[in-house]
Amino acid sequence: MERKILLKNIAVPGIRTFEVFRSTGGYRSVEKALKTMSPDEVVEEVKKSGLRGRGGAGFPAGMKWSFIDKKSDKPRYLICNADESEPGTFKDRFLMEKIPHLLIEGMICSCYALGAKTGYIYVRGEYKYIIGILNEAIREANANGFLGKNILGSSYSIDIHVHSGAGAYICGEETAMIESLEGKRGNPRIKPPFPAVVGLYGGPTVVNNVETLANIGFIVNQGGTEYARYGSGKSTGTKLISACGNINNPGVYEIELGLSVREFLYDPQYCGGIKNDKKLKAVIAGGSSVPILPANLILQTASGEERLFTYESLAEGGFVSGTMLGSGGFIVYDEDACIVRNTWNLARFYHHESCGQCSPCREGTGWMENVLHRIENGQGRTRDIDLLVSIAAKIEGNTICPLGDAAAWPVASAIRHFRHEFEEHVLHPERCGHDL
Amino acid sequence: MLDKKINHPLHGKKNKSFCFSDATMVKVQKIIARYPEGRQKSALLPLLHIAQEEFEGYLSVDVMDYVAGLLNIQPIEVYEVATFYSQYYLDSVGKNVIEICRTGPCAICGGEKMQQYLEKRLNIKTGETTPDGLFTLKAVECLGACGSAPVMQINTEFYEFLTKEKIDQILDELTLKAKEEKPEKSLWKEKFF
Repeated sequence: MERKILLKNIAVPGIRTFEVFRSTGGYRSVEKALKTMSPDEVVEEVKKSGLRGRGGAGFPAGMKWSFIDKKSDKPRYLICNADESEPGTFKDRFLMEKIPHLLIEGMICSCYALGAKTGYIYVRGEYKYIIGILNEAIREANANGFLGKNILGSSYSIDIHVHSGAGAYICGEETAMIESLEGKRGNPRIKPPFPAVVGLYGGPTVVNNVETLANIGFIVNQGGTEYARYGSGKSTGTKLISACGNINNPGVYEIELGLSVREFLYDPQYCGGIKNDKKLKAVIAGGSSVPILPANLILQTASGEERLFTYESLAEGGFVSGTMLGSGGFIVYDEDACIVRNTWNLARFYHHESCGQCSPCREGTGWMENVLHRIENGQGRTRDIDLLVSIAAKIEGNTICPLGDAAAWPVASAIRHFRHEFEEHVLHPERCGHDL
Repeated sequence: MLDKKINHPLHGKKNKSFCFSDATMVKVQKIIARYPEGRQKSALLPLLHIAQEEFEGYLSVDVMDYVAGLLNIQPIEVYEVATFYSQYYLDSVGKNVIEICRTGPCAICGGEKMQQYLEKRLNIKTGETTPDGLFTLKAVECLGACGSAPVMQINTEFYEFLTKEKIDQILDELTLKAKEEKPEKSLWKEKFF
């Protein structure tokens, strides 16, 4: 029996509106938190829940909250990271489009827990229609006394505003997002200080992903312990997985952590198998930045255990034979997919999106794109393959923000698992069956 | 006189005076009020979206200078932002900006073929505008709609599960619409800010 937290009521007609959302028990957590709990108690529940950041890095949410600098005399801020730009990831868009009040409810509880009077939702510029949906949800919440001055007659006031980005993957990095919100280029900041100490306008700031915040209402209502009953072991709760690529049923699915990858891939209620009855070749399990795995290693770990959707199981084997849960962007490649072309494509993406601050990333991503381009176009040399491995290794860990790592991993892992395909491209470029 | 040889997007734009309408100014004030006092620079990104929408579809130097004046910041602070984000156009664009996704998940579902088809159908290369000024074709990175690949965005609208026939239909409709109606701006700004 599958259990859901976020998308439980997704099929209820009109769930996007305040009225219907409220009738399904929405905003009860705000009443409970403000009337019966202290802010610290809310933080404690989130800690107990074991909820980890759903944006990709998977940092424990409660711990992030507890880092907030309580001695600072500057205003505190909550920023919702809705700059979903990781290729393969479209779960936050789905959530905000279908059930926006879940996010607003979670943000109100989170603002209360953190002592923040202002929250910003940073939405990527491409999701313009989502901005309209969110503004309407905020207006409704305001009109019904859940936002604005003296919420539910308490002394607590919270304002939430929507802020539009303008097309920059890097702004999904939390310090780049803060820079962007301050009206600047999205250049990540050097940490420390972490945003929880010096963030937006110098005030203590927490940046959380949409899905992370959408879980807070449930945690406040049912308690962290109850949330931790969902999932498997240390990977508590559910996760939205956005499945795409060569599968029969692309879309957003809420799964309970612990589900087997095989079941997710082949069960008709999820991906429903590979399109046109082709064979599975590879999967990128958590958004384009995480290492690609060949079919055998995504279904089973190197030690022969069933691969599960948990932070631990997907990481089993480290980067030698494992990957990461990441953002939940599940990209499936069938037997016809050209790994070289796909790797070049992703390298181009990271080159395009590098902010240019750190030379290993600014220069290295360009070199990787160029070298991959020449391999893909039949002008590669055998030594280019090791050259790519070397460039990736020199970017990784040598940049201010994780974009460098995110650019290096797809290239390094593709060569690790599909070296023969790169060699084939160098020696016999004409044999690649890819017609474009 | 500007040196025409300087190949820089910020050079050589024609001089015009720009000013938001009164109705837009009300919205601008509302946007600025979202941020703490003295932090009006935060409104820069949303304001550039509006300016681009209101003034000819792209950000000329004069438009950027005007926005700088509104927010009481230096023009260079606007230029450096306008040149960083991919959604701000520094050159004139067609009435409809077609942004086809070129990133991995779309590419493996036929996105590259759709881009090729758009080039063929519009008879322009990616990055160019049709001679009638109706369409500009751009290839962009992941639009966050990978589940309905291949996708493109035209102005604010997403078009999903693209096929050649679907593209034909969409472009025909937009061409017809442009012939029938007077030029009109899209309404997202009205609705959403």
